[in-house]
Amino acid sequence: MKKFTFNITLLFALTATFFLASCKKDIVDTTTTYPALTPSSEDMNADTWKPILASNPSAFTVAAPDAIGSSAYTADINEIKSLQSNLTSDQKAIIAYWSAGAVLRWNEILRDLVAKHNLPPYQDPDGTYPFPSSTNPFAYPQFPFSNPPYAARAYAYVSAAQYDALVTAYHFKKLYNRAAPYTHDASIQTLIPKSGLPSYPSEDAVVAGASVEMMKLLFPTEVDYIQQKADEEMLYRKLAGANVQGELTAGQALGAKVADLFVARAKTDRAGKAIGSASEWQGLQNNATSRGDQYWISLETPARPPMLPLFGKVLPFLFDTLTVVQLRPGPPNLAGTAAFKAEEAEVLSFSQHPSAENQALVDFWADGAGTYTPAGHWNAIAEADFVQEHYSEVRWARNYALLNMAEMDVAICCWDTKYHYFNQRPTQANPLIKTLTGIPNFPSYTSGHSNFSGAAAAVLTYLLPDRGSKFTDLAQQASLSRLVGAIHYRSDIEVGMQTGAKVGQYAVARGMSDGAGPGK
Amino acid sequence: MMKSLHANLLRFGVFAGCFAMSSLKVNAQTDADALMIPKNMFCAGVTYDHNSWTNYWEGTFKRNNLNIGTLTTNSYMAMGNYGITNKLDFLFTVPYVTTNASAGTLAGQSGFQDLSVSLKWLAFQTQIGSGIFTAHAILSGSIPLSNYDPEILPVSIGLQSRTVSLRGLLNYQTGRFFIAGAAQYMERSDITINQNAYFTTQEIYSNGVFMPNMNNFLVSAGYRSLKLNVEAVVQQSTTLGGFDITKNNMPFPSNTMNWTSAGGLIKYSFGTVSGLELTAGGNYVLKGRNVGQSTDFFGGVLYVFDFSNKNYK
Repeated sequence: MKKFTFNITLLFALTATFFLASCKKDIVDTTTTYPALTPSSEDMNADTWKPILASNPSAFTVAAPDAIGSSAYTADINEIKSLQSNLTSDQKAIIAYWSAGAVLRWNEILRDLVAKHNLPPYQDPDGTYPFPSSTNPFAYPQFPFSNPPYAARAYAYVSAAQYDALVTAYHFKKLYNRAAPYTHDASIQTLIPKSGLPSYPSEDAVVAGASVEMMKLLFPTEVDYIQQKADEEMLYRKLAGANVQGELTAGQALGAKVADLFVARAKTDRAGKAIGSASEWQGLQNNATSRGDQYWISLETPARPPMLPLFGKVLPFLFDTLTVVQLRPGPPNLAGTAAFKAEEAEVLSFSQHPSAENQALVDFWADGAGTYTPAGHWNAIAEADFVQEHYSEVRWARNYALLNMAEMDVAICCWDTKYHYFNQRPTQANPLIKTLTGIPNFPSYTSGHSNFSGAAAAVLTYLLPDRGSKFTDLAQQASLSRLVGAIHYRSDIEVGMQTGAKVGQYAVARGMSDGAGPGK
Repeated sequence: MMKSLHANLLRFGVFAGCFAMSSLKVNAQTDADALMIPKNMFCAGVTYDHNSWTNYWEGTFKRNNLNIGTLTTNSYMAMGNYGITNKLDFLFTVPYVTTNASAGTLAGQSGFQDLSVSLKWLAFQTQIGSGIFTAHAILSGSIPLSNYDPEILPVSIGLQSRTVSLRGLLNYQTGRFFIAGAAQYMERSDITINQNAYFTTQEIYSNGVFMPNMNNFLVSAGYRSLKLNVEAVVQQSTTLGGFDITKNNMPFPSNTMNWTSAGGLIKYSFGTVSGLELTAGGNYVLKGRNVGQSTDFFGGVLYVFDFSNKNYK
């Protein structure tokens, strides 16, 4: 029995060792560590910045705010005091989250929705694929399938609407020149950095109003979630003592009104017709054949119709559709030519000799199904740098708008090129070419990753010149990952980067003339 | 009677059995039986395991995937078991793993997977009725042997998590028949992936992935003599957290991977104490979640060396 007791003791000792040795678990999401936004400049002249669609602020009405000292205003002030009297830890977390910035958080929310909905539909029993329907968004497959072109367009519309809404809001902020609640009542605690910006209408509410209105169209199945986020943000402004209810109500209404211009544009920008029809898909094959090339075939089983073949016809933000055609590069190497075979052999070599280093590069830039897509990746890259710059909300919005209009427009150019030439992927040319990540379901020439990255690098290098070659280096890596991952030929990535850089320059030109200046 | 039973239980217990194969990760459990190798004896072996699945569970939805076809995993393992004392054994396994998808474009992967080491302790034994009852505690750990890629499931050869597990095992043997039950808790370390952001049920901006812990319950029963061992094993592994693969999405290392499998193994010893042994068996996944419905077969050749004092007498 003594021995038994000893054994049991030893067992407990072993167990204790086991738990002590157990592995520590602490994943830190970098976006949770951002400090409260403290703009180095409030960009008081932002009402003069060049808007994208909302060219006339007086086309909008924002009623004069309640007079300071009026019963309505006093009630709003008392609401803040009541909320602040007993802050819960959840409410403190809400303040910490939203205080990093409205544009920043809404951009993250959008990336979340893109990743969640970026899933190709599952086939029907007969081997055909159902398409998402914007008129019946909840039915499987839910609308949208936020693939790379859809996502790029979504980022552009949301960012552009936020930017115009804030520029318009600055007009009214200056018109009414209402100071923040804590300047009127000393007993209101200010739980975030104080701002010299007039607080009517609330810039946070303007961003929320524009974002909700735009995202309702883009992600109709997520309306409840989106609204819940907006409600939380409005609560945050009151909890933090930054805005009274009247400033929030006016801001949300204005943001939604400005966003309606973008909603109307989005409904008629031809994206809704980008799926095309079976006869149009056949026409793409015929075009490639008549060029003397081998046409693209889906490498999925069952064969999936090509991804948004008419997305190249979508209306760009930075230039017209004729420019899309002018930006289209010359043709890829024809199947069977010596130049083609040399490129195919290079891809085969990368496929058959995968190094851990190349696999890591491919994984890092994969941005495939279930992710926020390459454009989202560049938004995330931009965020990490923008956070260090202490931008005002309006400058955050302007910079994201420049980046994302470039990303959308480069998606249009890239898709135009892909479906104009409709050429085969390396794996189609040679089935021995296995890929290091999932192969996209659209033609090869030119590389989408390279287009997105070339354009993003041009815009971010313009916005943050002190970063040197950081963004072009990253773009080179993103582009190269598609070659070493055996997804693309070398000419796909090289030409894609060139087109990307050209499109990026259109956004740079806009940035140089929009009145915002360098902002440092 | 008592003596022969004791001898039986002292027979070494390295076998490639109880391969709880999640379709996605080889989990060689060499530490799930009541057999002990006596002091100063060493058993070395090599085994081969062939695992394949065509159907898998996407969350709870069972499906195939024509862009994967059949996913095959071949594992080649070197293993050893040394008797530190009659009541404490040290076991290890080194697997080399290759994967291949029969359809689609995704390239298969290969490499050394995870080194597993275990300390197996016969904590208690007593006679109950006509048989012997034993209790064992088995402490195991595993650590990746190479920087294989865990984030291109289902072709990844493993998950890159370091693990520490503790298993309690009860065994009752009467005559040549035994029945055993075991419960295991496995602590898994977070892993680092090549992406710096990923979506689970929300976007997470980190290259670290939280890996939920797991548990395993096992029941086995069969015939066990000095020369022949035949047994059936049913076991269930459960991930304590994680999330489901969403519709038509790719798997992710921190998915909720659960499975119940049934299998059997046979082992034959040519010698009575030291010498050659052969083992073979198989397992089939009856039910799962975010894993493949895999079938696996294995076979191994083992040899027991006797380094005990008698050599020096």
